[in-house]
Amino acid sequence: MTDDLEQLGSLLSALPPAPEAWVAAAREIPKVGAELDALLRRAAADAELRSKLIEDLESALNEAGIAPTRWAVAEARARLSSF
Amino acid sequence: MTDAQLVASCRAGDEAAWGALVDRFSRYVYAICTQGFRFNGYDAEDAFQDVFTKAYEQLGSLRDDAAVRPWLAQLTRRVCIDRLRAAKRESPAEDVEPPDVDDVLSTLDEAIAVRQALAGIGEPCGEMLDRFFARDQSYRTIAEELELPAGTIASRISRCLEKLRAAMEDSGTLARPEAR
Repeated sequence: MTDDLEQLGSLLSALPPAPEAWVAAAREIPKVGAELDALLRRAAADAELRSKLIEDLESALNEAGIAPTRWAVAEARARLSSF
Repeated sequence: MTDAQLVASCRAGDEAAWGALVDRFSRYVYAICTQGFRFNGYDAEDAFQDVFTKAYEQLGSLRDDAAVRPWLAQLTRRVCIDRLRAAKRESPAEDVEPPDVDDVLSTLDEAIAVRQALAGIGEPCGEMLDRFFARDQSYRTIAEELELPAGTIASRISRCLEKLRAAMEDSGTLARPEAR
């Protein structure tokens, strides 16, 4: 293989795909962000839901229909801290 | 769809466009995090998601929609530096950035140009070169998944690379060798 073809191969190797789950989570940022906004609006007016979110965030997200991905949990936790 | 059109659609609230933007730049952001800043595991995942979260929140501040790639590169760099600073509790950026990060970013920009040319050479070449070089798949896996004879994969890859080089020479992104 000539040098320039090797160089092309090397440049193709420089951009491997990101893990599929990470890409899927990034695609969902607008949707999950809106769902978190709605959930936290409800929690602001609902002490029981607020307690549940604080005690067991992952379960509370699950029950609200939000997949508790690493990003969703971290984002929810950050938003909860401003309560 | 151009980068500028994609950004305009995202800004208009088109969620499908946002998904397409993530697809278009996920490899680039991932490579900056993992190769430029040598993050791995949760550090890389958190940085990756942080970049796209900030990109979504700050897309409105992008002045030139066509410049979304350098803007994302800069955003990724800032996110990674902030994470390194937080971990090392150091303040100047020069102290936390890997010394070769500019070289890595320059190589990644060249790699983006190659991928753009790859998209134009058609199938099965694009798929085959991506599987072999970027996904690190073996000849055997490629043969099985593309339902091709295993013994032909090496020569097909070689021909596809020639085709890619020719496409890049035609488009001016790769200089033609001087006539001997």
